[in-house]
Amino acid sequence: MSESTDDTQASDADEDVSADDVDAAVDEEVTEEPEPEDDSIKLIIDGVERRVDPGGLVIDACNEHGSYVPHFCYHPRMSPVGMCRQCLVEVEGPRGTMTVVSCMTPTADGQVVNTATPAVKRAQEGVLELLLANHPLDCPVCDKGGECPLQDQAFSHGPGESRYVEQKRHYEKPIPISDLVYLDRERCILCDRCTRFADEVAGDKLIHFVSRGNNTQVMTFPDEPFVSYFSGNTVQICPVGALTAKPYRFKARPWDLDQVESTCMGCAVGCRIVVQASRDEVIRYQGVDSDAVNWGWMCDRGRFNFEALNSDQRLSEPMIRTESGLTPTTWNIALDAAAGVLRDALATPESVGVLGGSRGTNEDAYAWAQLADVMGSSYRDAQVGDGLPTGILGYPRATINEAANASTIVLMGPDLKEELGVLYLRLRDAAEKRRSRILEFSATETGLTPYAWKSIRHEPGAQSAAVAAALSDEAIADQLAAGPVVIVAGRGNLAESPDAVIAAVDALFDAVPEATVLPALRRGNVNGALLMGMAPADDEHDALATLQAASEGRLDVLILVGSDPLSDCPDADLARRAIAGVARVISVDTHPTASTQRADVVLPASSFAEKSGTTTNLEGRVTDVNQKVTATGTSRPDWMIALDLGVRLGERSFPSDHPLRGAATVDDVTEIVASTVEGFAGASHTEVKNTVDGVVVPAHVPRATSAGFSPPPRNNYDYRLVISRKLFDDATGTQMSRSLANLAPGGGLYLNPLDVAQLGVEVGDDVTVTSAQSTVVINVAGDERVPRGIAWSPFNQAGASVGDIVDAGAGVTDVRIERAG
Amino acid sequence: MPADDPGAANGSDGGAVSGVPTGPKLITTRFDQADGYTYDGYVRSGGYEALRRALTAMTPDAVHDQVKTSEIQGRGGAGFPAGVKWGFLPDGVFPRYIVVNGDESEPGTYKDRMLMELDPHQLIEGVVLASYAVGAAQAFLYVRGEMALAQERIAQALNDAYANNLVGTNILGTDFSVDIHLSWGAGAYIVGEETALIESLEGERGMPRLKPPFFPAAKGLYLQPTIVNNVETLSNLPWIINHSGQDFYDLASPTSTGMRMFAVSGHVNAPGVFEVPNGTTTFRDLVEAPEYCGGVRNGRSVKAFIPGGASAIWFFPEHLDLPLDKATVDQAGSMLGSGAIVVMDDTTDMVAACWRVVRFFARESCGKCTPCREGTTWLERILKRMLDGNGRPEDLATLVDVCESISPGLAWPPKQTTICPLGPSAVSPIVSAVERFRHEFDHYVEHGRPIDGVERHAIHGTSGVAVHV
Amino acid sequence: MSRLSDHHVIVANDIIARCPRPKSALIPVLHLAQEQDGYVSTDAMEHIAELIGITPAEVYGTASFYEMFKFEPVGKYCINVCTNISCQLLGAWELLEHAEERLGIKSGSTTTDGMFTIEDVECIAACTEAPALQVNYRYRYRVTNEDFDALVDDLRNGALDDEIPPHGTLARVRQTTPDNWADTGRRAQEAVDAR
Ligand SMILES: Cc1cc2nc3c(=O)[nH]c(=O)nc-3n(C[C@H](O)[C@H](O)[C@H](O)COP(=O)(O)O)c2cc1C
Ligand code: SF4
Ligand code: FES
Repeated sequence: MSESTDDTQASDADEDVSADDVDAAVDEEVTEEPEPEDDSIKLIIDGVERRVDPGGLVIDACNEHGSYVPHFCYHPRMSPVGMCRQCLVEVEGPRGTMTVVSCMTPTADGQVVNTATPAVKRAQEGVLELLLANHPLDCPVCDKGGECPLQDQAFSHGPGESRYVEQKRHYEKPIPISDLVYLDRERCILCDRCTRFADEVAGDKLIHFVSRGNNTQVMTFPDEPFVSYFSGNTVQICPVGALTAKPYRFKARPWDLDQVESTCMGCAVGCRIVVQASRDEVIRYQGVDSDAVNWGWMCDRGRFNFEALNSDQRLSEPMIRTESGLTPTTWNIALDAAAGVLRDALATPESVGVLGGSRGTNEDAYAWAQLADVMGSSYRDAQVGDGLPTGILGYPRATINEAANASTIVLMGPDLKEELGVLYLRLRDAAEKRRSRILEFSATETGLTPYAWKSIRHEPGAQSAAVAAALSDEAIADQLAAGPVVIVAGRGNLAESPDAVIAAVDALFDAVPEATVLPALRRGNVNGALLMGMAPADDEHDALATLQAASEGRLDVLILVGSDPLSDCPDADLARRAIAGVARVISVDTHPTASTQRADVVLPASSFAEKSGTTTNLEGRVTDVNQKVTATGTSRPDWMIALDLGVRLGERSFPSDHPLRGAATVDDVTEIVASTVEGFAGASHTEVKNTVDGVVVPAHVPRATSAGFSPPPRNNYDYRLVISRKLFDDATGTQMSRSLANLAPGGGLYLNPLDVAQLGVEVGDDVTVTSAQSTVVINVAGDERVPRGIAWSPFNQAGASVGDIVDAGAGVTDVRIERAG
Repeated sequence: MPADDPGAANGSDGGAVSGVPTGPKLITTRFDQADGYTYDGYVRSGGYEALRRALTAMTPDAVHDQVKTSEIQGRGGAGFPAGVKWGFLPDGVFPRYIVVNGDESEPGTYKDRMLMELDPHQLIEGVVLASYAVGAAQAFLYVRGEMALAQERIAQALNDAYANNLVGTNILGTDFSVDIHLSWGAGAYIVGEETALIESLEGERGMPRLKPPFFPAAKGLYLQPTIVNNVETLSNLPWIINHSGQDFYDLASPTSTGMRMFAVSGHVNAPGVFEVPNGTTTFRDLVEAPEYCGGVRNGRSVKAFIPGGASAIWFFPEHLDLPLDKATVDQAGSMLGSGAIVVMDDTTDMVAACWRVVRFFARESCGKCTPCREGTTWLERILKRMLDGNGRPEDLATLVDVCESISPGLAWPPKQTTICPLGPSAVSPIVSAVERFRHEFDHYVEHGRPIDGVERHAIHGTSGVAVHV
Repeated sequence: MSRLSDHHVIVANDIIARCPRPKSALIPVLHLAQEQDGYVSTDAMEHIAELIGITPAEVYGTASFYEMFKFEPVGKYCINVCTNISCQLLGAWELLEHAEERLGIKSGSTTTDGMFTIEDVECIAACTEAPALQVNYRYRYRVTNEDFDALVDDLRNGALDDEIPPHGTLARVRQTTPDNWADTGRRAQEAVDAR
């Protein structure tokens, strides 16, 4: 598999470490000319006959066939603008030879294209000289120096020296245009890539060209920064060093970078990326263009949370609890301590619970599930009561591409912009390009609401009724009958029962039996972990049941594998009681969390980029994850820790014929997974390693069943609560990333402004929020996107523990809101 | 100082004094009528008769046919036959739009403003006729931002036309309906280019679109089929319908039909705007005939003249006898463009003149294409440095080379590395002047001042426009 | 400085309603803001963004493309001297120089009393009447130095108040939406645009 290649530099891809518009592997994979397909057309490019698919652009045809055309503004994932004029080529047509921009010229059968005539060379040199005229040429102090398309093309296609002796443009520089991105307008070559990205791809039109002609600049509105969850992409696609990312600035020179292709595990979208490191430290991720998944994009949370890997708070050695608290020790002692605790507990059946696995690789989750099996532990879950029942994977499954090409996308669950950023981009694109219509069911407005064909508000818990009403609407029924329907289903409200979602999905299936489901569970490898065996067998043994058992003193040991119920379980009180009630906690983690503080044994796990393996995204797509740097301290991959423990459990150890007994490397585990986990046969090491897009595996789990769900009646005086996640929150990965930590909005209770007024409070006032469970004091804010009678609060934010008022057992959460004090 | 009343066209309504070709006035008839711009004044002098006739007695196709027969060439610059252009609209695609280009800003051009200020109803009548012919749902009248009086007069005329059921729902009781929306610019020459005008009408920065694929007739306003026509072009429609396409065609030469307005400015005794027989009148007629400009000022001689707006290649005394005929002027290596003739006498500093025209394009580049954005400014800086006495011997070569990067081959009609012709337009004055007056440039480089005998201008380092971003 | 007044919001909404797509009203509505304050303020741009349903950055992006829009206060009278080719040939630079001397400011700046701004501008379509200038977009033809001085005096003493409104006001007659507005364009376009 090739490393990423820069679209602007196909010729020397090997040395090129930039991942700009990376279309990894594809070039190299196809080594010979494809067989002419029936509808392919013939082009003569630089005298050689080539066959290409119809409907493309000359620039792509040339670049795919070795006639490299330099370019700056063209980007294959955005509409061409023909602005930089660098991609001029000659096309012979009926009206003679024309010099045209290849990025906006469609291919045609029989077309004759010349990319290297003296006239073309002269034109390209001319454009380059003009591009460089006002450029500061400060390459030695520029982050982009060494991976800069402008620099490279000046070298390969430029005139050699500048005759420009006039005064260059000067601007104040660099200016922060957001918390993460700096802009240097002097370096900018006005290619319209960042501005087009903001407009076309992200829909955050907050940077724009301003002024005119030679004074044209990219700018934000005065005092209104480029606040976008996707801002980092603009840095990646900037063909010069005009946009730089704060977390990377001056960290390294491109030629010092080593890189490996991998999969982002920040969320379940599983964006393909390259991990770049310098001197054994990860310093940058760049998106790789996977046609099936992320098209080269990433969200800022995924892109910049590499900082957490390098955090000095990383757990770097095992610890055991002594009189003086958690005390560093050796692996041998820690593992023996953990094994001892487990051996004692295992004397009683069902006294050990295992929660976690979704942060790690498939191999990690597999090993822990196997360990749970040999321990006979039914109490296990890869989620912490914040997702949906595993049966959501049991519906006929859709891929992202199927969703983004469906005639109807039904949204039933979370705000994808906040939870699965790049899926949001893909579905937004589907709606904007008119491929799909979005039919949204949600309690409050979401990031996709502006792009929805119809957006239907329902009361928390009342999605089934909303579906029933919608199905009786003729226009909606017609639309659902018009073509493929994909339901994107996840947990949109942590203060409501997941059954509400399942019941609504079932109602949709009754009407559209041929629909498919794209599960929108959020955590990195939650899909993989569930399929690897970390799914609970039934409701009586899922995370909430496990915590309940712990809180009642029925569990002796709780093993937390990268899981932190104290932050992530929506029912905060239950989590607290569970952690307090269980006799022992064994924590396997990368960073200290609220739960590790309570642990008796802490085993440091290697993090992303410190270990290899595979991961499974929300489509069931298995892709590879690769190590780039040495693991922190003495940390080990989770799968190895499971194995290390699993051989110390005496008679409950892995039996001698257990396949994991023979596993020496992670690749061995991958093979064991492929040969033993149902459905994963196609996801062998060799299959997965050879594709950017990975391998989609089926999920062999029974479809969820709902006995129907209807919310309890409501009392007019109360507000019904919605708790959902924001992209940036108090999660470890975010908080341990210096650049991201401050982006979390903080806690608050958001009400419709009319409700704020009705309560007689002012925005910013504290209110008391009382549920059947408890009372919290929280700051109130007005938000028109919240319908009247509903209170919305972001989950896991500093300054407010809204989890305190949630009762996981209740169907919905009704609260009374009063002015505080 | 004459006040702010638009000067009337010094038309040739008397008999031929000096044997220059003559013809009737078609669209400047009300320039001398004090109330010609009002609804009453317009109707009194025969206004809206063509519209009544078309809507009640002609099919849309019949109107289109008359325009085709007239072979009227667009008066906005490119000179493309209007009837043919309308024919490019794809069948059955609706809604479609008419856009009126009233952005007149090509240096030297002065006629659309007069038509808008002095005879707005004539234009409106033309717009409704065009809308009827092509089946437009709505028309947009885009007036240059700086033309306050034109905007005022058109607004009033539109309000009156609506009140009299000449625009809007069921016009004149027929089942034809069309709206005209008055919109206007805010100071940007490039918006005169039709695709930039469309962008501006969409509320965007006026940056041209690439043709193809964005030929307005196929993908114009809101990517719907759109016809963009110049004010003067459309102002001729009432006459054509009142008479006939054939009558229009017969007025002048077969390659340039009808009467046409020309603005002649610069070093002439009596500069002015004239409606003259297209195709038969010569440049010399306009410059020298007493009915027109009455000769070069102070009895001097023509050194050079711009035949069709600042974008055109310059002409010299030997071109004076060419007729104002599109084909002939194209053949001679320039264009009639927007009907703007600027005469420079033998006291003109050619380097300064050249710089001034280049500066215009540098300042008005939209900034989209690298060669235009960077190149035109570079050209301007070099020329200004020469004027300031700091020219270097290598500058002239650089100048020509940068021109070549914008317009490969420096040919006419220009080839271009840019999207629209604005960038290459900055090349026109340079190739014109450098070829013919190279010694004047060399003299600047060598001596830091112009050759003897030319007028110096008090050009100073100006900061241009106030408080821009 | 300020958001659009209630009256201007009514006018703006009338213009927006005539356009097949709201953003088409942007430039005319920006002119309203300039008419109100003499320049386009940041608050006004934010307000316009709300009215039209776009981001302030888009408003600014469009507005800043066009030279007539000012983002800081200019003089009550903006005197634009054309220096393009026809006017240059007939003494525009000399006129501009005189104007600068007379007002004691450089082209592109404003007198300290806030009365006058001078600009040198491109062709204003009065080439046969060179040298020409505009005061708040009202023309003056074949201007001599003496004419200029008289003009400044008249502007100062209010003699031209009827003819020349303060900077920002263009047409004093507006198109209004009549009862017989057909609206077919907007409706047809909306149907095409509907997803
Ligand atoms: C840079 C540039 C500026 C132009 N300016 C104007 C203009 O001010 N007025 C005009 O009518 N046409 C102008 N045009 C021509 C228009 O693009 C278009 O051809 C014309 O409006 C069509 O109308 P017509 O066919 O009636 O001439 C300009 C073209 C270019 C390339
Ligand atoms: S040639 Fe100049 S004015 Fe025309 S589109 Fe390109 S940059 Fe803009
Ligand atoms: S890549 Fe084609 S013009 Fe920029």
